[in-house]
Amino acid sequence: MRRDLPLFGVLAVLLVAIAIANPLFLEPEGLLAFVKRAAPLAILAAGQYFVIVSGEFDLSVGSLVTAEVVIAARLIDGDSDATWPVVLLLLAFGALIGLVNGLATTVLKVPSFIVTLGMLLILSGAVFLWTGGSPRGALSEEFRQFGRGSLGPVPWSVLVLVAAVAAVITLMRSDFGRTLMAAGDNPLAAGLSGVRVLRVKTTAFVLSGLSAAVCAVLLGGFAGVSAKVGEGLEFQAITAVVLGGVVLGGGRGSAVAAIAGTFTLQALFTLLNLYGISGALEYTVQGLILVIAVALGNVRFPRRIRSSASTTA
Amino acid sequence: MTQQLQPLPLKGLAPRGVAADSPARAVFMALGVMIMIGWALFAFDGGQFFGQSNIVGIQQRSAALGIVAVGQTLAILAGSLDLSVAFLMSLCSLVAAETMAQYGVLPAIGAVLLVSALTGLVNGFVITRLKVHAFIATLGVSLIIKGILEHRYDGPAGRVPESFQHLGYDRVGPVPVSALLWLAIAAAAWFLLRHTPLGHRIYAVGGSPEVARLSGVRTGRVVVATHVLCSLTAGAAGLLLAARLGAGAPTVGTDGGYDLESIAAVVLGGTALAGGKGGVAGTVGGVLLLAVLDSVFNQLEIDSFAKDVVRGVVLVAALAIYARRRRAQ
Repeated sequence: MRRDLPLFGVLAVLLVAIAIANPLFLEPEGLLAFVKRAAPLAILAAGQYFVIVSGEFDLSVGSLVTAEVVIAARLIDGDSDATWPVVLLLLAFGALIGLVNGLATTVLKVPSFIVTLGMLLILSGAVFLWTGGSPRGALSEEFRQFGRGSLGPVPWSVLVLVAAVAAVITLMRSDFGRTLMAAGDNPLAAGLSGVRVLRVKTTAFVLSGLSAAVCAVLLGGFAGVSAKVGEGLEFQAITAVVLGGVVLGGGRGSAVAAIAGTFTLQALFTLLNLYGISGALEYTVQGLILVIAVALGNVRFPRRIRSSASTTA
Repeated sequence: MTQQLQPLPLKGLAPRGVAADSPARAVFMALGVMIMIGWALFAFDGGQFFGQSNIVGIQQRSAALGIVAVGQTLAILAGSLDLSVAFLMSLCSLVAAETMAQYGVLPAIGAVLLVSALTGLVNGFVITRLKVHAFIATLGVSLIIKGILEHRYDGPAGRVPESFQHLGYDRVGPVPVSALLWLAIAAAAWFLLRHTPLGHRIYAVGGSPEVARLSGVRTGRVVVATHVLCSLTAGAAGLLLAARLGAGAPTVGTDGGYDLESIAAVVLGGTALAGGKGGVAGTVGGVLLLAVLDSVFNQLEIDSFAKDVVRGVVLVAALAIYARRRRAQ
């Protein structure tokens, strides 16, 4: 946990800066709105965390989110009775895509970068093929509640996020989490000591697919249906996870920090907006911050060597 | 300078470098099969696969991707990768067209090479000095370029004089000038990898950075060099696209998907994503394979989005076959 302190420090500074620029941010509504906006990406980042910590990549989540939203709109077509069956179907579809990614990576031994890149091409091609570029159908009001509505003062998406975070923490503290971490750190050693590396890694991909499905439900409700809704989300999710100090290549980093990485990213966007650096230059600043933050995360201060060595060894 | 004194341990790596290029054979076999399938489908559809227009079309479509993919091969062989090439190509097309409109062709080429070499240096130093993973480093740099592009340009800008547009459209017999440029760059990269100390070091660093370092290779410099070369090829591809469009365009690189596509072509050509194994010949085969596939889709008038689906399947299938071969050895 001590390793993550710089990230939480940056997050705190950003939040204070936002609060200074916009005092409304400190009201419960302002905070909840902030969390609500960050929730879809945070859930996606949590899924990506499992895959990255197991030493792989999942580049297909962005196009998977798009596919899920487009499928939902087409199947529901404004019919509120169809809402729940379709939500279940979306979760199953996400898990299935994750399973295919996982099996191709572990059983066929194709690098996950290529597997998920191939899946990205397949999904985005299939979505456009199916819709001809403009999605048809409509989401039902019930479906949109997840992204837009709230239970009393608390938005549904915040509740979903809280549930997801609790699930992720429980998972990472279970045997599964420990073996996943071991498989990412050194698959050979993990395999020799009895970890079913293939199964654990495949499960990580399934979890990533599931999280993309949940993200799609929230994002579809929040942002509506378009063929571009998931564009670039895979890179944002990976960025958030890496900002959270999770090491590409696997075996290191905490899930909570990965989710905090999302909030840092969201806070950064909010702040840039508030100070009028919106639109195009936002990307430039995002790129700079990304590189600088990861570079700073790599600086090992003399005193921290011992502590980080003991926590990650 | 001091590097001149320590090539000894690397001499032994040269034969391994040659052997490591063997996956190229598989991709050329696949290319042969693909051409036969293409020929049959064309004949069935009443077209001529070996007709001049198709052959020229294949070469012209593949030149820009081919040029970047050659550079990407170098970065991947050294165990790195470059996601910034697509945005860099857009930027270079704009730099080329705007400089040409004002100062002429030669200064424009110089400006493009300067911009791309600098970008490569930044990529390389962020990766080696700041120790940022190549994926994040080049993603960050591409975001930076994306911001600059979107901030400054709404659409095409600058103008390319007729004299330079020859690069995009002229041909010598059935061979377009752009394909010759690609061939020259590929041959130069092949020579670099096979016959120069830097080439041997690239294989060594990609194979095992630690072993290379212990045998006296300055691994950081090698990685920086591959990124500079990779960015230079992206610059050359940007020049080519500008010549073809007659102007610079802020989305020309990303619309072509040159970042992920070039990585796909390299890997399709049998180069290991982890580095150290593979070569330029395989990449040329991989690019041609994708281009032949494209030409078949065009002839059969298959929806362009179906192309993406098939491409994805081909990519994963090819890699699965490579993985089987490697295990069988």
